[in-house]
Amino acid sequence: MDLSYGPEYEAFRQEVRKFLAEHAELARGGGMGMGMGPPSDRAREWQQLLIERGYAARTIPREYGGYGGEPDLLKRVILDEEFARAGASPGVRGQGPDMLVPTLLEHGTEEQKRTWIGPTIRGEVVWCQGYSEPGSGSDLASLQTRAREEGADFLIDGQKIWTSSAHFADMMFCLVRTEPDAPKHAGISYVLIPMDTSGIEVSPLRTMTGGAEFNQVFLSGVRVPQANVVGRRGEGWKIANTTLKHERNMLGSSGQLEASLQRLVRLMERETEDGVRAIDNPIYRDRLLQLQARVLAARYHSMRLLTCNLRGDSAGVAGLVVKLTGCELSHQIAALALDVMGELGSLYRGSRHLRDGGAWQFQHMFSLGLIIGGGTAQIQKNIISERGLGMPREPKPKTELG
Amino acid sequence: MDFGLSEEQRLLAQTLGRYLEVSISPARVREIAASDEGHDAVTWRGAAELGMAGILVPEEYGGIGLGMLDAVVAAEAFGYHCAPVPFLSASMASVALAHGGSEEQKRVWLPRIARGDAGLGVAVGGHVSRREGAGIRARRRRLHGKALFAIDSTAAAGFLVATDDARVALVSRDAPGLSIEPLHTIDATRRFSELQLESVPVDGWLEGHEGLVDLLIDAGRVVLAADMLGASQRAFDLAVAYAGERKQFDRVIGSFQAVKHLCAEMAAELEPARSLLWYAAHAFDAVPEEASLVAAHAKAHLSEVGRFVVRTATEVHGGIGFTEECDAQLFFKRVGVARSLLGTPEQVRERAGVIQGWVAA
Repeated sequence: MDLSYGPEYEAFRQEVRKFLAEHAELARGGGMGMGMGPPSDRAREWQQLLIERGYAARTIPREYGGYGGEPDLLKRVILDEEFARAGASPGVRGQGPDMLVPTLLEHGTEEQKRTWIGPTIRGEVVWCQGYSEPGSGSDLASLQTRAREEGADFLIDGQKIWTSSAHFADMMFCLVRTEPDAPKHAGISYVLIPMDTSGIEVSPLRTMTGGAEFNQVFLSGVRVPQANVVGRRGEGWKIANTTLKHERNMLGSSGQLEASLQRLVRLMERETEDGVRAIDNPIYRDRLLQLQARVLAARYHSMRLLTCNLRGDSAGVAGLVVKLTGCELSHQIAALALDVMGELGSLYRGSRHLRDGGAWQFQHMFSLGLIIGGGTAQIQKNIISERGLGMPREPKPKTELG
Repeated sequence: MDFGLSEEQRLLAQTLGRYLEVSISPARVREIAASDEGHDAVTWRGAAELGMAGILVPEEYGGIGLGMLDAVVAAEAFGYHCAPVPFLSASMASVALAHGGSEEQKRVWLPRIARGDAGLGVAVGGHVSRREGAGIRARRRRLHGKALFAIDSTAAAGFLVATDDARVALVSRDAPGLSIEPLHTIDATRRFSELQLESVPVDGWLEGHEGLVDLLIDAGRVVLAADMLGASQRAFDLAVAYAGERKQFDRVIGSFQAVKHLCAEMAAELEPARSLLWYAAHAFDAVPEEASLVAAHAKAHLSEVGRFVVRTATEVHGGIGFTEECDAQLFFKRVGVARSLLGTPEQVRERAGVIQGWVAA
C-alpha cells in the first residue's frame, strides 16, 4: 500500500492547481450545460486552452488536433480530482469526445479521423448517439432501423430513442441494420449521419423529472453516403462494443458520490424538526452512517481498480460491479435526503420552502433513470454473473431474429 | 499510488490458504466444533510455524512483525476455512502488548503467542456494551465483577480484562477468585466464556499507551471484519459452485436468472467491502487520525454484507442449504456470531457517529 502519488505527480498536481487558480474565471464559465445546448464560445475557448496544456484530449495525436501525450492514468485521475476540487469545467465532454473519438481512432479511415476528430474535441461539432430504439433496449442487437442501398448512398428509415443532445447535435453516430439477411449481430453497421439531413425529425422525450434530458429521433428516407460507415459494413456491433471499453466510468470514480454524501450531511445538520436537527435523530443518523460506509467502500474500491489498471492486472468481477452499486448508492443518498425533510421533501421546483432548488427530488428520479439506462441493473447482474463469475448463460430461444 | 495487496501479501494468502485447505477440512471443523475445547491445537501450531500466530508480534519478541493488512489477509483465510483457532485474541493481545505492555510483559507473553502456545483470552466487551450486570471494577490491584463473551477463552492461559475505567489488566487463568463459565453460541468454532471475578489479583496493568482499550477494540474489529469477509466469501463460492452443478427443470440452476442475480448481488456487495476493509487495515497502521472511524465502518459494513451473503448463499442451495450436512451453515454461524461481537452494527456505527462529532453529547 502506498497512497501517495510520488514527487513527479505531486508536481503535476501543483501545476494543475496553479493553472486552475490563474484561470478561475474562465474555468467556472467554461461549462457545458448538461444536455442543454452546444458549447458556448467561452467553453470552446476554455477547451482550446485545456488542449494546449494537455489537460483535455491528452492522448489524441497532434495530427488530429489533440495534445499528443502518452497515456498516463494517474495524470488523468489527478486532473479529474483537481478540476472537481476547484469546481472547474472539465471542458468539452459528451458522447463525441468520449465515445466517438476513441472509436474513430481505433476503426476510422484516415479521412474520417482528419475530418471529425479535431472539430469534435474543439467543441465545434456536437454528436449524439443513436443506439437504443423503442423496440430494442436491453436487446440492443435486435434493432430495426434499416438502410437500403441506392447507388453510393444508404437510405435510412427507423426510430431512435434516449438520444440526449439530439436537439442541438450536428452529427449522430448510429447503429443501422444494413445487411437484412445476415444474423442479428452481423447485420449492423456504424454510420455517421449529419443531423441536418432531410428526413430527420427530433422530438423531446419528457421524463419523470419534468425535464426533457433525452429525445426521440425519427428517420425517414435519410440519405447518407456509404462512405460514412465506420469500419466495415456489418461490423457495427463489434465496433460499438469495443467503444464500451473506453467508457471512463469503468474506473468507477467515486467523486460524485462523495460530494453527494457531503451535501447530505450538510442538509442533515441544517434541517430541523421540533428544533431537533436531522443528524441528531438516531434513526436518520444510522441510515446516514450506513450510506457513509458504502461511499467509503466505493472510494477505496475505485482506488483498487485504478491500481489494477496501473499494474496491468485484471480486476475480474471487482471491476464489473461499479455501475450497479454506484447508481444504486446515488439513489439511496437522495432517498435519505428526501426522508429527512419530511413533507418538505416532496416539494419541487417553484414551491415555497423548497430546499436545495429541488436537487434532491431531481437526483432521486434521475438516478433511477441511471439505474435503468446504459444497461439495466438486471443486465448488469447478467454481466457480473456470466462474465465475472463464469455462470452459464440463459439458454438462447429457438427462434433467432434474422 | 498503489492500493492493493503486495506480491508478498498475495503469497501469504496463497500459502496459508493451501495449508488450511489440508489441515482443516469441513469434516475436521465439525469434529473440533463437537469437542469440549473447540480449539484445533494442531492447525494453530502449524499456522504458528508459518508465522501466522505472531504476525503482529515484533521480530525481537519472536514474531514476524508484519502489519494489520497482513493480519487481515490471514484473518480472511482463517474465516474462509472456518478455522477453530484463536487468531482474533492473538491479534488483539499482540497489539495490546506491543503498544501498552511493559518490557517484562512483552518478554513473557509475546513469544508464547508467536509460538502458538496457550495465549491470552480477551475480555473487553463491557467497554462496548453491558448486559446482565456486566462490569469490572478495580480496587487495590484486585478485580471485581463479571465480563461476558471473553474471546477464545478455552485455550487461553490468561486474560486481558478491560475495567470500567478503561484500563487493561492481565489476569492468570488460575488466579484465585476467577471462575470461567462457558457460553454456548451457535458457532462452536469460536469459544467464549463468562468471567466472574471475585477479588481477583491483577498480574499487571498494560499502562504504556493511552486509550489502549480503544486501540485493542479497533484491532479486533478490523480482524473480525476480515474473518467475516473470508467466511462470506466461502459461503458465496460454495453457492456459485452448487448453482453450477445442481439441475432442476433439466437445467443447472445457475442458468436461471433468479439464481444468477442472487450471486451477482453477493459479488457486488463483497468486492467493494473488501476494498473498504483493506483501507481500514492500512489506516490502522498508517493513518491514525482515521483508524477508529474506518475500523468501525469496516466492522459494521462487513457485518451487514456478511449477513446478506450467508443467508443468500444458503438460499441458493435450496433445501440442502438448511441441512447440517451442507457446509454453508458453518459460515452462516461464523458470521452470525462475529456480527455482534465487539459491537452490533448499530452500536459500531453510533461510535462512527461519535467520532465525527455527529452525536450530541
